[in-house]
Amino acid sequence: MSMKASTRQVDGVTIVDLSGRITLGEGSVVLRDTVKDLLGKGQKKILLNLGDVSYIDSSGIGELVSAFTSVRNQGGELKLLHLTKKVHDLLQITKLYTVFDVKDDEAGAISAFIK
Amino acid sequence: MESTLESVNKAEEMADQAASQAGFDDDTRSGISMSVREGMINAVLHGNAYDPAKRVNLSFEQTGTELVIVITDEGKGLDPAGIPDPLAPENLLKQSGRGIFLMRAFMDDVRFRKLNTGTEITLIKRIPGSEPGRQEAST
Repeated sequence: MSMKASTRQVDGVTIVDLSGRITLGEGSVVLRDTVKDLLGKGQKKILLNLGDVSYIDSSGIGELVSAFTSVRNQGGELKLLHLTKKVHDLLQITKLYTVFDVKDDEAGAISAFIK
Repeated sequence: MESTLESVNKAEEMADQAASQAGFDDDTRSGISMSVREGMINAVLHGNAYDPAKRVNLSFEQTGTELVIVITDEGKGLDPAGIPDPLAPENLLKQSGRGIFLMRAFMDDVRFRKLNTGTEITLIKRIPGSEPGRQEAST
């Protein structure tokens, strides 16, 4: 299944609804281009909704890390929303779960962004 | 197999089938197929560097007690000791370097062997309930 990304705005936060697999190749490129595009437009409060992401490989993890650091380096914030168990476990074993700000409630995640 | 992303995806599917036939549960199957995916990425991307003239070999063997998966490439050779620990604080935010760690996390044994040309990665997962000399606990 290929990766898809769509964006919406809620209270100044850009929510990116991702679905499919974030893996080496197309999936990683879609994520990279989406975040790059948002930063280019000055949208620096980004919430990645991973609820429909079924699978992430090491390349996808790297892309998430890269997105996180790119946004942070531009003074923004990137948070993760709705991790599946598989993705949650993967972030746990790679010790990235504590690096990312992970939320399981959209409204709570939006209010957690610095105003 | 050709040194392409399609081979990586195909190998992942084959691994899932092999793990299913060996009787592994869903979580373990997922770990095995991810390990094969990561091994194939190493072979195709870091080993053969997508060179169409270089091939990747992939084999599955069910020994009765273990599922043994061997991936070989024709690249310049990989030294796993030279790869930094991705869990070290200074490496946590690096974009790459987690593939071998993930293989080791999901498999019981991961072995690397440098070939004359390329690298051989052997991934081993023991099949539950089939350990040699396994004895049931009795009360």
